[in-house]
Amino acid sequence: MPSKRKLYNKGLILAGLAVFLVAATSPFWDNFGKAAPGPDPVLSAKAKAAKTCVRSKAYMLANHMQLLNEWRNAVVRDGKRIYVAPDGKRYTMSLSNTCLGCHNNKAEFCDRCHNYASVRPYCWDCHIDKPKES
Amino acid sequence: MMERSRRSFLKIAGLSAIALGSQPVLRALATSSEHVGVAAPQMLANKNALTAKRWGMVVDTRKIHSAHDLVPMIKACDTLHNIPTLLQDKNHEIKWIWGEDFEHSFPFMADAFMNEHAEETTYPVLCNHCKNPPCVRACPTQATFQRPDGIVMMDYHRCIGCRFCMAACPFGARSFNFRDPRPFIPVLSLDYPTRCKGVVEKCNFCAERLAVGKMPACVEASNGILTFGDLEDPNSNVRALLKSDFTIRRKESLGTEPSIYYIV
Repeated sequence: MPSKRKLYNKGLILAGLAVFLVAATSPFWDNFGKAAPGPDPVLSAKAKAAKTCVRSKAYMLANHMQLLNEWRNAVVRDGKRIYVAPDGKRYTMSLSNTCLGCHNNKAEFCDRCHNYASVRPYCWDCHIDKPKES
Repeated sequence: MMERSRRSFLKIAGLSAIALGSQPVLRALATSSEHVGVAAPQMLANKNALTAKRWGMVVDTRKIHSAHDLVPMIKACDTLHNIPTLLQDKNHEIKWIWGEDFEHSFPFMADAFMNEHAEETTYPVLCNHCKNPPCVRACPTQATFQRPDGIVMMDYHRCIGCRFCMAACPFGARSFNFRDPRPFIPVLSLDYPTRCKGVVEKCNFCAERLAVGKMPACVEASNGILTFGDLEDPNSNVRALLKSDFTIRRKESLGTEPSIYYIV
């Protein structure tokens, strides 16, 4: 025979549990059925006109940070400043002047994805994000 | 049905497991070899880049008549490299090239009775780009390093701000960013990055200008006071000056082998 156990303050406890469950899961209910919109980076007119980046779009999307690291090491450590892309085009390896020279809309291009992914690259602490108008 | 021993069953099962398991690996190998087929990108140095075995500088102090003569070269450097000159606190000062009196430029040489011009001149001082740089040895992250052409460079990305290099440098040529320098730069030079709070910085012998075939900014603005060239090339302009005129170096006795010579 199982011993008879009593739950004291049953009403309060069950009500408390219900409130806790609702509160803890409220973010899920709040966003239920609403898909968060993906980031929507805008290509600047200049980038559109250039048609091609230093590498393919898929490569840049996935690996631009590695590419920037390679550029930095080449420029600072080896004094090599010219990048010959696989298609034979030459670029000066410079974040502020080459990358942002074309993508001259950091707020709509870089920041949108970075904010969405909640990454805070500290590039802009030093590298100037408003390149020369030319 | 054919009789099979447990042994042969296990053999076949093992082989099939390997065959199935290796498929993704083989596929990955196949695609990566496809990528190799695409021309690999290359990184090159500029053809016009100025090169040397060891860069050095000769300062002709006979051409300095007052501290005013140093203003153009200091200004050229400050504006080009985004030096935060508006910082008021002396302890936060950032200096790449600046003027110093004889006693503080050449502390082991100051005598009670001296040549008047030598004593009264303000000397341009900057990082000596030593052949035997103590800052490079002190740096725990290799943020400071020596290039094959003798330039002692900094990779600010790697600097952790420990300031060992500042303690190691006998010339005070390094400055620490105690504050974010951006608000203290009078006019932002868009060609060159600024630094951020928490890194050490110093003169880089205008490595970014040498890379595109230009002389350092201070040399260009110096009105002939500064001569820049290859110390290891016996036919270079700096070697010609070193041959014809008597020169001294800062704190030579410490053995760091500075690359900056002063005609006094």
